[in-house]
Amino acid sequence: MLGRTLQEVSEALKQGLVTPTELCQRCLSLIKKTKILNAYITVSEEVALKQAEESEKRYKKGHSLGDLDGIPVAVKDNFSTAGIETTCASNMLKGYVPPYNATVVQKLLDQGALLMGKTNLDEFAMGSGSTDGIFGPVKNPWSYSKQYREKRKQKSHGESEDSHWLITGGSSGGSAAAVSAFTCFAALGSDTGGSTRNPAAHCGVVGLKPSYGLVSRHGLIPLVNSMDVPGILTRCVDDAAIVLGILAGHDPKDSTTIQDPVKPFTLPSLTDMSKLCIGIPKEYLTPELSSEVQSLWSKAANLFESEGAKVIEVSLPHTSYSIVCYHVLCTSEVASNMARFDGLEYGHRCDTDVSTEAMYAATRREGFNDVVRGRILSGNFFLLKENYENYFVKAQKVRRLIAHDFVNVFNSGVDVLLTPTTLSEAVPHTEFIREDNRTRSAQDDLFTQAVNMAGLPAVSVPMALSSQGLPIGLQFIGRAFCDQQLLTVAKWFEKQVQFPVIQLQELMDDCSSIFENEKLASVSLK
Amino acid sequence: MATPVLRWCCPGRRWVFAGIGGVSRHGRGVPTGSTSSGKRGQSSVAQQPLITAQKPRKGEREWAAVVGLEIHAQIASNSKLFSGSQVDFAAPPNSLVSFFDASLPGTLPVLNRRCVEAAVMTGLALDCHINRRSLFDRKHYFYADLPAGYQITQQRLPIAVNGSLVYSVCVGKRRSQMVTKTAGVKQIQLEQDSGKSLHDSLRSQTLIDLNRAEGQLRVDANISVHNPGEPLGVRTEVKNLNSARFLAKAIDYEIQRQINELENGGKILNETRSFDYKLGCTVPMRDKEGKQDYRFMPEPNLPPLLLYDSESLPTGTDPQQVINIDQLREQLPELPRVTREKLVQQYGMLPEHSFALLNEVGLLEFFQNVIKETRAEPKKVTSWVLNTFLGFLKQQNLAVSESPVTPSALAELDLLDRKAISSSAAKQVFQELWRSKGKTPAQIVAEKKLELMQDAEALEQLCRSTLEAHPQVVTDVKKGNPRAINKLIGLVRRATLGRADPTVIKEVLERQLSL
Repeated sequence: MLGRTLQEVSEALKQGLVTPTELCQRCLSLIKKTKILNAYITVSEEVALKQAEESEKRYKKGHSLGDLDGIPVAVKDNFSTAGIETTCASNMLKGYVPPYNATVVQKLLDQGALLMGKTNLDEFAMGSGSTDGIFGPVKNPWSYSKQYREKRKQKSHGESEDSHWLITGGSSGGSAAAVSAFTCFAALGSDTGGSTRNPAAHCGVVGLKPSYGLVSRHGLIPLVNSMDVPGILTRCVDDAAIVLGILAGHDPKDSTTIQDPVKPFTLPSLTDMSKLCIGIPKEYLTPELSSEVQSLWSKAANLFESEGAKVIEVSLPHTSYSIVCYHVLCTSEVASNMARFDGLEYGHRCDTDVSTEAMYAATRREGFNDVVRGRILSGNFFLLKENYENYFVKAQKVRRLIAHDFVNVFNSGVDVLLTPTTLSEAVPHTEFIREDNRTRSAQDDLFTQAVNMAGLPAVSVPMALSSQGLPIGLQFIGRAFCDQQLLTVAKWFEKQVQFPVIQLQELMDDCSSIFENEKLASVSLK
Repeated sequence: MATPVLRWCCPGRRWVFAGIGGVSRHGRGVPTGSTSSGKRGQSSVAQQPLITAQKPRKGEREWAAVVGLEIHAQIASNSKLFSGSQVDFAAPPNSLVSFFDASLPGTLPVLNRRCVEAAVMTGLALDCHINRRSLFDRKHYFYADLPAGYQITQQRLPIAVNGSLVYSVCVGKRRSQMVTKTAGVKQIQLEQDSGKSLHDSLRSQTLIDLNRAEGQLRVDANISVHNPGEPLGVRTEVKNLNSARFLAKAIDYEIQRQINELENGGKILNETRSFDYKLGCTVPMRDKEGKQDYRFMPEPNLPPLLLYDSESLPTGTDPQQVINIDQLREQLPELPRVTREKLVQQYGMLPEHSFALLNEVGLLEFFQNVIKETRAEPKKVTSWVLNTFLGFLKQQNLAVSESPVTPSALAELDLLDRKAISSSAAKQVFQELWRSKGKTPAQIVAEKKLELMQDAEALEQLCRSTLEAHPQVVTDVKKGNPRAINKLIGLVRRATLGRADPTVIKEVLERQLSL
């Protein structure tokens, strides 16, 4: 049952094949079994069970709230949740319990979803590994998959298995791992430079970054306000569409959301491929790209072409400036956004009380890790009066150019861009930490970041397993606010590639019954 | 915090008076004002610095002062600029604080429509150019009552620019002369206000009130002095002046301090100062409260603020979602300048009286209501309202709305004054009106027997007996002592219990004395 998609389990709930409480308990049990993944910072067991009980009552009365009623979901720990600790994986917010729900969280709850818990991340979402939070790194469920383990056994003998666990990517690694390991059916991530798509690719799940302005940021503790978007992680494209349909729309509490009403939608099946034009940005073919990813990328392009779509090479000439431009804009906004963490109203406060200034300094030194402090320092430097024109304003201009690249390509008739999501498959933690956070983020965000600069929708869809038995995802980028079209193409692709289901029996051998399908012969597993 | 604030910046190169007396009494000679008029300090749209010191004594240089004001005015709105929290000055501390006001992580600003409308109307009233597109910026500094670590303002592209305010000041020895000035307005910006800090030095604590309910008007003054013809001097900024009186005092003090400093070979530092209202002087503020790099950056959570006029209004837009400048212009009440001009024209009023009528809330309406109900001369009504009525209000520290005397009562009194009672009796009735609410002037006149003596024969009789009783005074009159007749008038008045008109008494006496 837990291996199924949201859509399937929703159907099962409606048919009474499983109850919300059963589902909730199974997920809670699985969360415990997979504790080693460190996907959750907080497991909101009581809240979830209570919600399940309510949901069950509704089902019994035949008053289900919709597709999400009774569905276990997880939320990245940088979304405010009323009454549930929200830490951003930082000492600064350890123990902080928000008095309100982020709009996206509220929308999920309003639809009857069960909140299983808050997922792990890099501190304040600054990172691309989910390795730099105070609660420790998230481990990629694929590290424990049958597919990966078998390949490893062939290659290396005698090495300790557990020392080679893989990173999830980040910063929404906890959410990706939670969906990948079947502990929930959908999870919220956030995406500022690729933080949803990157771990989705590494964990073999679908990671959607909606258009900027389509989904409310109210309650999302910001990294870069002008680029942050709540992300959606699911096991298939249809599920992402269901969740997007619920989350999308104007929020009076977020002035950057679009005014036009958005209705829930279902994705049509793509039939006439000849009307589709896929663009392949030539700048994305970088030397750092692994040959395996590159070959899957061409294979995907060929697949589209062979099925009748037009596939053309396009140019995004300013892509190469994206990383440095992002660095200036991101750190500047970080410097500003982090100013509120001063130890006065909420969060961590040091013991120093010599003066207000000394209290600020010590609180911030103790509360933030090196990565956050480093970005705050850089950002404040860029915002100084004497530097503002040379750095911030220039970076904004470059950002405009990067966004225009996409506009030009889409104006030339391209419907969707096809690119890699990451340079390679997930790497072992030991390898990942050889480089510092900044270097890693710069490398890992290469294909994903420009999309945030331009506010476009993009989705990472798992395509195949690498020779090591690890997932590789490809990214589709759509026109602004054409999220539905983007997902329609992604759905078609998903259907063609038939990405394999993760085999986690070994990790959970003592709870194998969870995967047994006692009642559900009629619903087939994708 | 986050109470909406309108910030006007009057540009530096002018001397802005706040419409109050005694502004430029600074030490070395009362400044004689601009070269053109030869009057005291003033402002105008002209770029000339506007205060020149009085003719220098021998060996002394001439000084000109330049003052620019940054005026923070609280917008009369029900909720705050960026949150739904209410604005209420009497509310208990921190009782009107939304999650946004407390800067909880993840909260976002939402612009208050009413505040934008107020800003546009202020801009129109001050003859500004209204920017169809304006932007919001973040201004960063760490302070306990600034929970976000930044303030949202409109530094770079404000809602209105390039305006002017025409105002008048009293000049001359008796301040009887009005001179019209113009102050330029550089920009009007919407700005979120910070919270309020209360320092408890006894317990070495600082208490923070995020309601932000202190002071509806706050002014920062930028001041420099220089020798005319030379470049402008280094300026200082005197912060947080909360009354027109202290503003004037602070500016006077600061100009004089700078002149003294420079004449003694010192230097002016570009610094932030505060005004110690007890000592009446400005003192430098601690460094961290003073100059700092605010690291301005665009507020990413608020899209550009777009305003429309009837022509540019996109068709089919929800009127609740857009702001139409033309519509607001129509709603603009008559501006004080126009009202004053009308008063002068319609009633032949002195310009300074028109100012006085408009400077007190409700006074103009009171005046107009009196005028409506009386056939008395407007000049007389003006005198009653401005001298007697306003004098009583000031004495008792009351607002016009709190006055025990109604416009109709004053109108009636005015009528009596013209016919039935003497002017001194009228004053007496007024005092009585003030004391005993509810009584009409007629009742008071009747009660106190204040009506003028209508019986001419009786008055003749009284005059005659007075003359007979005071032969010495009569002799004095006949000798040509001009004061003697006044003494006789006084005596007769006393005999009539003040109910006879002195001019009539004088006529009768003069006739009887065959003068």
